[in-house]
Amino acid sequence: MFDGKQVIAIGERDGVAGPAIAACVEAAGGSVAYVATECFV
Amino acid sequence: MDLSTQETIKRLADTHGRDALVVLLGAPDAESAGIAAETVVLGDPSWAGPLAGAQLGLPVYHVLEDELRDAVPAEVWEEQVGLMADVLDVPALTEAVREFRDQTPA
Repeated sequence: MFDGKQVIAIGERDGVAGPAIAACVEAAGGSVAYVATECFV
Repeated sequence: MDLSTQETIKRLADTHGRDALVVLLGAPDAESAGIAAETVVLGDPSWAGPLAGAQLGLPVYHVLEDELRDAVPAEVWEEQVGLMADVLDVPALTEAVREFRDQTPA
């Protein structure tokens, strides 16, 4: 599902963090264009 | 969604084209997942950020959806997100994101 795609990983502090999403994408052979971990307070 | 994140998504869509991008979310609940998905498909619902009125129609998934789980090596998926998959309401997250993914403008 990542063929030729750039992935935007928008994690959240109370859910799944951005770097964890990015690690999954890279392990699946995808490219990550942007990683963020947001925080709603 | 943070305004700086919206600005970056807008820039990436302008640079790479919407067909070259996929958005993955890690939101902890259906409400925040839905708002984030709406923002990258139909535009910022709060009309406060750079994506206000921008119908980018980007493909968007929650990282805990089955499509992602099937694409990622099992040991990596378990190490990185397995715990949260046990804690969060995955069917609700999936439905919240799919609702907006299915509204992608033609």
